[in-house]
Amino acid sequence: MMNSWREVPRYTSALVGLAIIAALVGLALYGIIAIPYGEAERLWRGGEGVWIDNPRNAQPGWVNLFPGRNLPETIIVDSREGATKRSGRGSDSVNTVQISLDFDYPYDDFPSELNLFFDARSRERPPHASLFWLTPDGRMLSLGEQNVESSERYSISLDRRLARQLGGQSPEVALFADPARESPQPLQGRYQLLVEALLFEAGTDLDARLVVYGKVHGLAGTDHLRRDITVALLWGAAVALAFGLLAAVGSSVTTLIIAAMGVWYGRWADASIQRITELNLILPALPILILVGTLYTRSIWVILGIVILLGVFSASIKVYRAIFLQVKESPYIEASQAYGASNRRIILFYMVPRVIPVLVPGFVTLIPSFVFLEASLAILGLSDPVLPTWGKVLNDAQQNGALYKGYYYWVLGPAMLLMLTGLGFALVGFTLDRIFNPRLREL
Amino acid sequence: MKAGAPLLLQVQDLRLYFRTTRGAVQAVDGLSFALGHRQALAVLGESGCGKSSLARAILRLLPRNVHTYTGQVFLNGAELMSLNEDRFRREVRWSGISLVAQAAMNSLNPVIKVGEQVMEPLVTHRRLNREEARQRASKALQLVGVPVDFLDRYAFELSGGMRQRVVIAMALVADPPLIIMDEPTSALDVLTQANIMNVLKGIKKEVGSSFLLITHDVATSSELADRIAVMYAGQLVELGDAAGFFPGPLHPYSKKLMTSVPRLRGGSRPEFIPGQPPSLINPSAGCRFAPRCSFRFNRCQEDPPLVEVEPGQWVKCWLYPANSNAGSHAG
Repeated sequence: MMNSWREVPRYTSALVGLAIIAALVGLALYGIIAIPYGEAERLWRGGEGVWIDNPRNAQPGWVNLFPGRNLPETIIVDSREGATKRSGRGSDSVNTVQISLDFDYPYDDFPSELNLFFDARSRERPPHASLFWLTPDGRMLSLGEQNVESSERYSISLDRRLARQLGGQSPEVALFADPARESPQPLQGRYQLLVEALLFEAGTDLDARLVVYGKVHGLAGTDHLRRDITVALLWGAAVALAFGLLAAVGSSVTTLIIAAMGVWYGRWADASIQRITELNLILPALPILILVGTLYTRSIWVILGIVILLGVFSASIKVYRAIFLQVKESPYIEASQAYGASNRRIILFYMVPRVIPVLVPGFVTLIPSFVFLEASLAILGLSDPVLPTWGKVLNDAQQNGALYKGYYYWVLGPAMLLMLTGLGFALVGFTLDRIFNPRLREL
Repeated sequence: MKAGAPLLLQVQDLRLYFRTTRGAVQAVDGLSFALGHRQALAVLGESGCGKSSLARAILRLLPRNVHTYTGQVFLNGAELMSLNEDRFRREVRWSGISLVAQAAMNSLNPVIKVGEQVMEPLVTHRRLNREEARQRASKALQLVGVPVDFLDRYAFELSGGMRQRVVIAMALVADPPLIIMDEPTSALDVLTQANIMNVLKGIKKEVGSSFLLITHDVATSSELADRIAVMYAGQLVELGDAAGFFPGPLHPYSKKLMTSVPRLRGGSRPEFIPGQPPSLINPSAGCRFAPRCSFRFNRCQEDPPLVEVEPGQWVKCWLYPANSNAGSHAG
């Protein structure tokens, strides 16, 4: 047994597989450590407050590595952090404040959105702000004026009046477009948003923050709710591996012990285990899980329990039974009986270990099959409501027509990771099969 | 059998029949014998005469197809047949009677180390802690001549003779009053057989246990046994002291058995017994050896009783009239 394990490094496929598994485990561990469980849950529940500074449906950052691509990243200019803010005295106890939000825009594409967030502190009369847009070529466009009530958001890109003023194009395009060109092309250079506000009360203050949403974000992009998909990919790895491993260990070890018990006690125990197995083999597992998910609960732990339960009386019970029937007649089993080993001891220490070489390769390939099962359930919309998982990302992508709209990255990340999981475990499993299965042994 | 003599093992009318599609196989058919403390009894007989079934019947290691399993077995005066399965396992197996099984070389668990294997009976029965158990295991291994560093090896790393020694060490390790050895030297080459014989002789001197040696090898039994029992077709045909048996076996079958052994000195060629052992399914009503017996006469159509012809010498044959001062033996 130990010698067999030592053979593993001789197979390149096993090394590649182990490297992939190690990378996935590393990913999962990093996810768990960097984003604690509660934090991950909060982030994935999301809401505007959590992800407000992220663009919607942004592509992953690495797309800019392709030649000829220079998609904008998100730019944030805040009057409290860096932007210039000048206060002045006007007439009749009216103060003025001038906030100049300027930024460089070196990208080849238009931003996806423009938002201006005000933070006004006034008692009765809200400040009155006028907005001006200064382009690199020296044009100055008025973006209108408004009263600012406490914390307020001005979605420049959604302002239809402004769009009409700018000639029908949506503001995030019109404001950045080079007027010299026929087709809209962004003009690169330094832009400035000027906020000139009148403060009517003493002690009133106004701050402004401009978010120029880009078209790329992070390592994995964002979804329709501005959530960073990286969170789901990291935590998805942890959930997938934990689910796969627990389900595989739970079902295969229980299967092994039940098969051994059936063979050892024989008679009605064996017969009933075989009948239950045959019954279970014709029951379709996926529809049962869908029923449970739809009618009862979608908690991943309950689903895990049912997966294990359905996996216990699986076809492998028949395989193990065939081996155990042979092992049971071995002289050493009879010898152990002669020196009074208890039934439990014979099953656990004498019979079960004999089947472990047969179990190991199958066990390793069983893990990804449970990972896929969990993903399939999630794609069908039956995943745990709070945990971010790969399948859930795929489900979101599917519901939002990701591929139709060209958001390929949304599907690509989780799908790649799922495939890698399958590949890694399959490579290791096949190698172990070659080592442990005498008929496939290479000498 | 003298009344009041301290007897370790007493077997009375033990029967073990197996169910087959053609009828019941009477593998052990009404066997009775006794064994004292620190005695070695060799059960001699050819293959298929029920020797191993006798061992199984005493240790209650029964296959599924048992037809009949009756009789009485006393160990130190305590009846064993009435014990339930769990008490039998705890009180008799290995703590009372240990077994060196027939395929001894294969009776080691391939996935645990030899040391652990020898410790198994101690751990299962005596609940000793590991350190103590390990010490006793290494003592038992030393007794049979296995180097102590073998404790950490696996069974497949050992030669056949070494494995045999380990199995014998296992039988000794819990100090049971009775050790049953079922063909301890078969399946070994001649040199190793001689080695194991020496080991067994050494053990017999050092250990206070009794031995029930099951063998078809007359030479083996002559070296070890104090008493000899000859089995034929599931029945005991002769029972006597080794000292009396080897020079002059009484039963015609025993005589034939002795002449079949090649001798180092003297010109006699080994003989064979004509015919085949009878089928144990529905055997004939009379003496079971009669069809092959050269002394056969009319009375052999009736079943002869086991009678004591001389003190301590019992035989089941019509040729010997019962000794006047010995009664017919039950069976």
